[in-house]
Amino acid sequence: MRDTVRFILGGEIRELSAVDPAMTVLQYLRGEPARCGTKEGCAEGDCGACSVVLAEPANGALRYSVVNACIQLVGVLDGKQLITVEDLSGADGALHPVQRAMVEKHGSQCGFCTPGIVMSLFGLYHADPSGDQTGIADALAGNLCRCTGYGPIIECAREADAARPADQFSRGEAAMRKMLERIRPAGGLSFEGASTRCFAPAGLDELCALASAHPDAWLVAGSSDVGLWITKQHRRPETLIHLGNVAELKTLEADAEGVEIGAGVTLTRAHEMLARHFPGMDQLIRRFASRQIRNVATLGGNIANGSPIGDMPPALIALDASVTLRRGGNSRTISLQDFFIGYGRQDRKPGEIITSIRVPALKKSDRYRCYKLSKRFDQDISSVCGAFWLRLEGGTVGDARFAFGGMAAVPKRASAAEEAVIGAKLDGGVIERAGGALGADFSPLSDLRGTDRYRLRAAGNILRKFLLQATGAKVADIYAERGAAHV
Amino acid sequence: MSDAAPTRDTVVGAVRSSLRHDSAQLHVTGQARYIDDIPAPADCLHVFIATSARAHAIIRSLDLAPVRGAPGVVCVLGADDIPGANDVSPVAGDDPLFADGKVEFLGQSLFAVAAETLPQARRAAALAVIDYKDLDAVLSVDEAMAKKQFLMPSRQMRLGDSARALKAAANRLKGRFYVGGQEHFYLEGMASLALPLEDGDVHVYCSSQHPSEVQHNVARVLDVPLNSVTVELRRMGGGFGGKESQPALFAAAVALVARTTGRAAKICLDRDDDMTMTGKRHDFRIDYDVGFDDEGRIEAIDYVLAARCGYSADLSAAIVDRAMFHADNCYYLKNATITAHCCKTNTVSNTAFRGFGGPQGMIAMERVIDEIAMALGRDPLDIRKRNFYGRSPRDVTPYHMSVEDNVIGEIVEQLEASSDYARRREDIRAYNAASPYHKKGLALTPVKFGISFTTSHLNQAGALVHVYKDGSVHLNHGGTEMGQGLFSKIAQVVAEEFQIDVDNIKITSTTTGKVPNTSATAASSGSDLNGMAARAAARTIKERLIGFACEKYNVKKSDVAFLPNRVRVGNQEIPFPDLVNEGYMARISLSSTGFYRTPKIHYDREKAQGRPFYYFAYGAAVSEVSVDVLTGENRVTRVDILHDVGQSLNPALDLGQIEGGFIQGMGWLTTEELHWDGEGRLTTHAPSTYKIPALSDRPLDYRAAIWPGGKNREATIYRSKAVGEPPLMLAISVFNALCDAVASVGDYKKLPDLHAPATPEHVLMAITKLQNGDAARSGSRS
Repeated sequence: MRDTVRFILGGEIRELSAVDPAMTVLQYLRGEPARCGTKEGCAEGDCGACSVVLAEPANGALRYSVVNACIQLVGVLDGKQLITVEDLSGADGALHPVQRAMVEKHGSQCGFCTPGIVMSLFGLYHADPSGDQTGIADALAGNLCRCTGYGPIIECAREADAARPADQFSRGEAAMRKMLERIRPAGGLSFEGASTRCFAPAGLDELCALASAHPDAWLVAGSSDVGLWITKQHRRPETLIHLGNVAELKTLEADAEGVEIGAGVTLTRAHEMLARHFPGMDQLIRRFASRQIRNVATLGGNIANGSPIGDMPPALIALDASVTLRRGGNSRTISLQDFFIGYGRQDRKPGEIITSIRVPALKKSDRYRCYKLSKRFDQDISSVCGAFWLRLEGGTVGDARFAFGGMAAVPKRASAAEEAVIGAKLDGGVIERAGGALGADFSPLSDLRGTDRYRLRAAGNILRKFLLQATGAKVADIYAERGAAHV
Repeated sequence: MSDAAPTRDTVVGAVRSSLRHDSAQLHVTGQARYIDDIPAPADCLHVFIATSARAHAIIRSLDLAPVRGAPGVVCVLGADDIPGANDVSPVAGDDPLFADGKVEFLGQSLFAVAAETLPQARRAAALAVIDYKDLDAVLSVDEAMAKKQFLMPSRQMRLGDSARALKAAANRLKGRFYVGGQEHFYLEGMASLALPLEDGDVHVYCSSQHPSEVQHNVARVLDVPLNSVTVELRRMGGGFGGKESQPALFAAAVALVARTTGRAAKICLDRDDDMTMTGKRHDFRIDYDVGFDDEGRIEAIDYVLAARCGYSADLSAAIVDRAMFHADNCYYLKNATITAHCCKTNTVSNTAFRGFGGPQGMIAMERVIDEIAMALGRDPLDIRKRNFYGRSPRDVTPYHMSVEDNVIGEIVEQLEASSDYARRREDIRAYNAASPYHKKGLALTPVKFGISFTTSHLNQAGALVHVYKDGSVHLNHGGTEMGQGLFSKIAQVVAEEFQIDVDNIKITSTTTGKVPNTSATAASSGSDLNGMAARAAARTIKERLIGFACEKYNVKKSDVAFLPNRVRVGNQEIPFPDLVNEGYMARISLSSTGFYRTPKIHYDREKAQGRPFYYFAYGAAVSEVSVDVLTGENRVTRVDILHDVGQSLNPALDLGQIEGGFIQGMGWLTTEELHWDGEGRLTTHAPSTYKIPALSDRPLDYRAAIWPGGKNREATIYRSKAVGEPPLMLAISVFNALCDAVASVGDYKKLPDLHAPATPEHVLMAITKLQNGDAARSGSRS
């Protein structure tokens, strides 16, 4: 096994061995390389001040992904190019077009969020326009600025999105791909530092063997949760297992029966397929955290962490999704809703990993939509998330699955509300009964994201909204045009 | 630096040009240094401050031995280790650096741990054995009011006889309104780096709006004279008032570690500690009792303002004063009694935040106007216009100052027309009547904001200007740069005075070693005060050069003129650097301080009368919003702003302040909600839980303009006006528009029971109440 993390920074191959596997990319950058342009604003991937770009070969080109350095661990750098704000201007000091726009349009005030904004603009500059459905607001949803009010930044983003003349990165892409080829991860990686052991297996069999051998290891996919155990809870792992190099977890397949998504597929990649097959999920994924997070966070991770407020579980439960788990050489497939047993408890044995998620296709007579409620549109954790599916048979409801997050200790279906509509014709009375039935299904908590009263009422109302929309009623969504608002 | 190319007729970066932020290039390349980016000495210690886990308790015992014995720990300092005063307060002497026997809020500083690494310090701190004896904790304004638990005597402001006039009024309304606090969420958290120097001196780099106060507090804690302590910073990563009084504790802690160990010491708070340990905008409860005639003209009003100040005074006295000063907003209150209470609670001590109490007073007034309009079935804008300050005697504020520079009528008239207010009002009524699940709302609200520190002696500033013999200029002043572009504006003033391109002026770090005894960069006063001081310094040097030129070239004073990058002396033109060098050779002093104090202001706090403000800044905004009736989700779809900055020193920077202020105010009134649990623990202590506006929250259609008619009638720096705080209050229009949208659910018969912030939850609950026909929030008309 290799014992050195190799990556490219500033045009040079860097090698880290015996490095602390729990060190974040941000801590690394501000340490030995003294690249202090990348800032810590929150250490939880919510403000974007630490945004950096990771480049890696994909489909014969380089894919540039903006990520939060504050919660990415150094092991994730293996085989990639790390680009920070210091790299953007040319050798002669000439500003990159996105930097120049920020200067000319008064895009910085205090300047502390600026390096992160610049990196998100750089990501936008290099994003594949055809793959970027949601526009510039989406590209910058993960960057908070407290000074400007965003207007000048939006102008810069517009410019970066529209005109993309070649920059030093596109001109140097062929050379960079060659350089990356030289450090392409071959086989597994294992290193140890500060009394933490780290593995980055190269295949599923190797992963399963490691997971069995180290049942208490922290499995790291996108690090958007595990990173916070380190930076916020100040915990230290004995063993880390990175999942990023396991190709078998990154498969995406679709057929007439449905889609199957590897547990290690990032939400950015999953989004495109899911939104195409399940348009009712589109806005939920758009509002799922930020682009920086979706670029690393995985579908499997959002399920495996078992959070009662994760957004993907209700969205998938309503679609009757199933998960496949593997332990050693044994696989099993269970219904996703059965995966969640209780608060902090899932049907996952020590050493067992989720390998894929299967979602059955919708039929023409199906209605499906997700609703996310939170204080803020961009990047907020749901106070209530509702995902609703029903099948119309003639004029009546043949079947229904209503799943909620934020309403119980686990993502949970509203069986009383489902019963209220199954077999019924969707008229005003039935819709009211369904909305009102949630009181029998849930006793939500009060916390900083909402009181129990609000959660119950709002949950009933989004169900009403769905049922009204299912009957063809025009119920406007005030966010409908927001995704494209600034484009 | 500027879009303008240099010519013989103009200088680059003169006043009124849209010069870019002086650090813009450094910002975008990551080269701008903040405190944590300063290369620290290799032996620098990392400091972590342990905090109280209880809201109110006696500390029966505090065993720090396990902390001292932990790996990497170099020193642990508590209340007993302070050589001087155990106080880091700005005014009242009631903010201990380290708690001594008692804690009064959850998050209060207990002791500091200095270790080789930050994780070591943090881990060690957790080993302290603390025995608390809990006391009753008062957490809210309501509880404090019920117990009459106040930090200082309550105050009252009176004009006329409100009691009698209320009884006589044709109409009378009573109501209560709650407005929430706000976290600053500067992107750069609290940060300080202390370097021990010889002879017991210390140099502190500190992210602070008020280096002089940091200096005072460090000196007081170390028990050394002020001249032993130098405090310096180049820039902050945002301040917004949060770095006025609050940095002192952290600077004092690292200075104490540096003094004790002889090693450099640094502290950079992580976001959670920063939000838990530092003060926020005060939340208020406001009761009002208003009398008005059938046309909506206010005859009398009684206000009772109650502010949650937290456990200590901090700047609350002045903040609550400013709330009282702005409880009139733009309106003549013929008979007014404004009473204010500074509630003591077992929560973090609330502090300065952009607007400094003004926004809370102002939003209450705007609610009152909406109440009156609803009661009379009128458009609120009609009621607003009817009550604007006017000619004598309708120009007297509740603090007996005449409003001499009132331009709100003109601004509102222009904005009403340019925003197409009347037509949109009709369209929205029609839209709402046909739309059961989606409602729109509209509101135009004005702003009048008093400019000056209301503590009159603070209205002074100093500057230091050196001209080197090559003609380059070193500029220093007492103001601090927190993103607002102050340094650029002051450089523009100096460029204008010397008539040299601004690139020749080096803007340097704020340090107590160059300009002493400064006031905070606060109260929107930065360019007003420091601009005048810098101009005075430049003019002194200029006068000396003129005198020298007259003597050397035997010309009259009127024959010397500073032209762009050159000086005309008689019939010849001499490049500026050449004249400077000639002056140097002739032993002319090319360095000067400059000083300024604001004229005309005075205020008698006991009588609550005087002229606390040199002038007022004005503005107005029209906000249009959308509300989802089923979920309470809402958004601002359009805003039109017209704002008075006098004659702008820098239109681009001013527009940046207007937009940034508006969006920040919008956040305060919509998504930003502070939440404490029953134990007094702040549960919204990071961006994952506390939601400041993100990019998509910006109104889809944003139209802001500087009011073209603006000109300061007072002799401020180039007749400009302060711009830091006033635009924040333009966002009150968002809140009132949300109320308008929600009111449509009840067919505009009741003002919704909606308090700030208008989160989706609060909006939905207000809608639900209207749907259920519950009594409206306010008292009934009598």
